[in-house]
Amino acid sequence: MSERVLMKGNEALAEAAIAAGCRHFFGYPITPQTEVAAYMAKRMPKVNGVYLQAESEVASINMVLGAAAAGVRVMTSTSSPGVSLMAEGISYIAGSDLPMLIVNVQRGGPGLGGIQPSQADYFQATKSTGHGDFHMIVLAPSTVQEMVDLVAGAFELGDRYRMPTMVLSDGMLGQMMEPVVLPEPIGDELPEKPWAACGHGGNREHNVVNSLYIQPHDLEDLVVERYKRYDEIKKKEQRAEEYLTEDAEIIVVAYGASSRVSRSAVNKAREEGIKAGLIRPITLWPFPENAIGKAADSEKTKKFLTVEMSMGQMVEDVRLAVNGRKPVGFYGRTGGVIPTPGEVYDQIVRLSGGA
Amino acid sequence: MKDLNVLLAGFGGQGVLFTGKVMAYAGLMEGKEISWLPSYGPEMRGGTANCSVCISDRPIGSPLVVTPDVLIAMNLPSLEKFEDSVVPGGLIIVDSSLIDKKVERADVRTVYISASELADKNDLKGSANMIILGKMFRETGFCSEENLLKGIKKSVPARKAELYDTNVRAVRIGMSN
Repeated sequence: MSERVLMKGNEALAEAAIAAGCRHFFGYPITPQTEVAAYMAKRMPKVNGVYLQAESEVASINMVLGAAAAGVRVMTSTSSPGVSLMAEGISYIAGSDLPMLIVNVQRGGPGLGGIQPSQADYFQATKSTGHGDFHMIVLAPSTVQEMVDLVAGAFELGDRYRMPTMVLSDGMLGQMMEPVVLPEPIGDELPEKPWAACGHGGNREHNVVNSLYIQPHDLEDLVVERYKRYDEIKKKEQRAEEYLTEDAEIIVVAYGASSRVSRSAVNKAREEGIKAGLIRPITLWPFPENAIGKAADSEKTKKFLTVEMSMGQMVEDVRLAVNGRKPVGFYGRTGGVIPTPGEVYDQIVRLSGGA
Repeated sequence: MKDLNVLLAGFGGQGVLFTGKVMAYAGLMEGKEISWLPSYGPEMRGGTANCSVCISDRPIGSPLVVTPDVLIAMNLPSLEKFEDSVVPGGLIIVDSSLIDKKVERADVRTVYISASELADKNDLKGSANMIILGKMFRETGFCSEENLLKGIKKSVPARKAELYDTNVRAVRIGMSN
């Protein structure tokens, strides 16, 4: 195993993207994401890559679209308001069946909001990033190590299913340092992209990358085909971590930063004799409804508690997955406020019928 | 060792974040789980900067230290802001050359060290933070001395390697005062 080094989440993620063969980065600075761009600006020239700070988020995402259409491994990173600006381009990318990675280091909203950590972009990431029928695969790290580990997989999933992927992080994970083991760089073994518009020397029919389909039936066929792929992804790619769920009566569901707080609260509840457990979604889309559904079916499970740094967004998906079988409570802080383990513990106690 | 949650606070520029990084790296060398979380944003420009460091045998849950076991206060606003948050039985280390006020709580242990004055006297201007780290090391023994020095080595960037000796000298002054 290589050495554990201390790195900020933002920088570790950037290094992991380079190790995963990403050589194209287009972006625009915004707190609390800026270290990703700053790191890329330093590193990309050294690995014969392209780092380009565009004049805006709108320009950045369209540069990403162009690079993705040419078949290269490409990414951008931004924070909440920046994703809103990129939404149109992301929809075009999804409508063109192009893989690319977008990183959202979330901050408080709406509007310019604040710059402290938040999870209020869950709806945006999983349901309504842009116009039209489409999804992105959304991965949610909860440690700096996972900021690293999920990146290569995000590129691979995007390539396999020809669609955009997002790493949904937040200001806490981006700014904090933890020990991390960086991956070995991959060789030149990036997958073939026979659909790429990258020049053909007159040796084949030219490829077209496009999201404009004027005939309704043509467009419908394409969207329906895409949704068959989405169904396959829902079957194969759901991921969640379960912690102490086997005998749990209260199941906390939380992702990213709030899952760390929740884990501390679950530990404290266990010390006090309350059977609490944690399900931590790693894929937010596809949502791990199988893991939640299984827990809802268990006779041991009495109640669910969803914890988020928002006014309650993922809780809707938890309720859909639980489907009325058990009560689902919610606790959230928003605007950049991080819940404390004590607050979450109090909620667990309340649900378990204690004081 | 039980979990150690440290909050370091002072003015931007006093080296609060760097001190936290050395502490975190020393914990890492000790084989512990660690986390380092800075305050970021407007409060760093001219106001207070602070940083949370957690050192534990278990994976770190929340890296945000709300109730510190150890508070390092390097200016008056930091002491006033965080004094009440320290856990009963905890430790507060105060740079008494910058803070006239005494800690009011009786249920915590307080250590005063005139770190900035000691730094100036020993031609170590700007190293008060490392003097305090030396003091904190002496008071808590959160790692071995060898790992503390390794933590410094890891935290000093290669292009400023000459600062290693300066930092070690400052830490040793903190240990013996």
